[in-house]
Amino acid sequence: MDFSVIVSDALRSGIGPIAAIYALAAMGLNLHFGYTGLLNFGQVGFMLVGGYGLAVTVATYDGSMWLGVLSGLGCAIVLALLLGAPTLRLRADYLAITTIAAGETLRLFYRSSWAEPVTGGVFGLQRFAGDFYDLNPIPRGTYGVWLVEFSSQDLWVLTVGWGLVVVVGTLLALLVHSPWGRVIRSIREDEAAPRSLGKNVYAYKMQSLVLGGVLGAVAGMLQAIQVQSVNPDSYDPAVTFFLYTLLVLGGAGRILGPVVGSILFWFVLTFLDSALRQAIGAGYISPELISTSEVGAVRFALVGLALMLLIVFRPQGILGSRKEMLLSGR
Amino acid sequence: MDADQPPAVRASASAVSAHSASAAAGRLAGTAAEPGVRKPDPLLVLDGVTRTFGGLVAVRVDHLEVQRGAITALIGPNGAGKTTLFNIVSGFDRAGRGSWSFDGHPLTGRPAHRVARQGLVRTFQLPRTLSRLTVRENMMLAAAGQHGERLLSAVLRPLWRRQEREAGRRADELLERFRLGGVRDDYAGTLSGGQRKLLELARVLMVRPVMVLLDEPVAGVNPALSQSLLGHITELRDEGLTVCFVEHDMDVVMGISDWVAVMADGRLVAEGPPHTIGQNPAVVDAYLGRRHDEPGAPGVEPTGDQSTGDQLTGDKRAGDQPTGDEPTGDKE
Repeated sequence: MDFSVIVSDALRSGIGPIAAIYALAAMGLNLHFGYTGLLNFGQVGFMLVGGYGLAVTVATYDGSMWLGVLSGLGCAIVLALLLGAPTLRLRADYLAITTIAAGETLRLFYRSSWAEPVTGGVFGLQRFAGDFYDLNPIPRGTYGVWLVEFSSQDLWVLTVGWGLVVVVGTLLALLVHSPWGRVIRSIREDEAAPRSLGKNVYAYKMQSLVLGGVLGAVAGMLQAIQVQSVNPDSYDPAVTFFLYTLLVLGGAGRILGPVVGSILFWFVLTFLDSALRQAIGAGYISPELISTSEVGAVRFALVGLALMLLIVFRPQGILGSRKEMLLSGR
Repeated sequence: MDADQPPAVRASASAVSAHSASAAAGRLAGTAAEPGVRKPDPLLVLDGVTRTFGGLVAVRVDHLEVQRGAITALIGPNGAGKTTLFNIVSGFDRAGRGSWSFDGHPLTGRPAHRVARQGLVRTFQLPRTLSRLTVRENMMLAAAGQHGERLLSAVLRPLWRRQEREAGRRADELLERFRLGGVRDDYAGTLSGGQRKLLELARVLMVRPVMVLLDEPVAGVNPALSQSLLGHITELRDEGLTVCFVEHDMDVVMGISDWVAVMADGRLVAEGPPHTIGQNPAVVDAYLGRRHDEPGAPGVEPTGDQSTGDQLTGDKRAGDQPTGDEPTGDKE
């Protein structure tokens, strides 16, 4: 059993491109759920339209990457408007129901044979990330410190990813500490109050939904670029729930909550995965109890356990304020 | 409305009996005590406002005028439709029929935030303080016309820094006036019930309203704080604000109002100066009811009125949370 392999795997995952991508998507969700109180259970849908917006533009229609980025963002805005228009005047539950259904509907629609000429159907799309990697200023090779090593490609994606996290985090921090953010947070607390004081609550909820959805689309594009393919079945509802998991883990309603949550989530998940594999390989765990093929499922069960313990002992998350949490719903 | 008044003026104005000397009451002296009567200087005018919940007629007000610069009490038994009427006028509920105007501008069917921007601002029976915002943030939220509330200028602090500082100064003044200065940096969720009532009243003033609709401003508040709240309300009237409030406590109504309008079963049944309203037979009927002691009274007959009477509590709740699709979030 090699501990350095376990730590190396876990660290690589915790600071890797995927963690940055999930952090970005969760920052959008944090704006929805943590600041505005919107229950969006379809963040994966925004990631999907973002990723496909880019992939379809480049792979199907031979457009440039920048056009693809614009169309990905455009799709996210349209999706947010479509979801918000009928539901944001209603109680919070309706948005939750609509978004979870929309996420699944989009996945099934994009994988349908009817849409195959454009979206590639169940096979998805490949070869659209070239422009992005052509911009890579890092010479070929692998780079690393201590136990962590990345290829120049991964390093490029993760640099852009964490760079975006910093930029978006700064913008969000400015936003939520402005009068705009005060209105958004007041909507989370009790939307009748801002309405009675002359605030157009519907418009603010829509702005929040669009902005957070766009962040989801940005994450979706980066993810498509990182794996250099889009496939409808990688956008299943579980992704949204991972985002909620890491948001609650880090602390909802905190700017750095999703960032810390994402790093920790991927670190722990990979740590468990690697540790279980190593333990089985070294014979500490009998293959009859857990076989290597079952590790993928077991690590999620353990993450679930960790989340339950977190909810019991630190329900506000790692960065959350317990005082604030106790006041919610009063 | 003006927070800069010297304390001495406020102290004298807070005497609850001040209404006898009220100029507003004087202007209403010649007005006949009958439902739907014309006022010399009406600010809010309602015409044929009707709201039904299924078969239940919650509100059917033919004509009502609210005098500018006066304190008008809206009273009536539970389920009379007072809160529903408030909800309609403030844009929190839609009326089936009717029209109403505010300061000469039509207000019919306007959404709540537009109504508030016109200068007609309401409070709620259960104060809607925003728990995880500080007391000061609760106040600052209410300031009108903030540049920093627009998404694009929000990230550019220099565009709204000065305005924010001004709103903060005004918030602090109002908080001092309402004796909330000591808790201004606490989360509003930590306030007591009485402090929440004070905060909600103070917060309404941040909007710089022309008229306020107060839904049971002293309900569930201890007598001392209730006196202080009433003092604040008369003071606001003396500063030129028009006040209309719903209340159940008759001492309160008699104490501070210049005019009283009485509702029962959704209708406006009586109007008049406070000292005459107690003798009005329609009011006595509305409060004590005829159906139990008078055979042949409308309530006994199996008519439409019967159902109205039986659904008082249901109507009350409906008034708080008017329609299923309106996210007003009742916190009871």
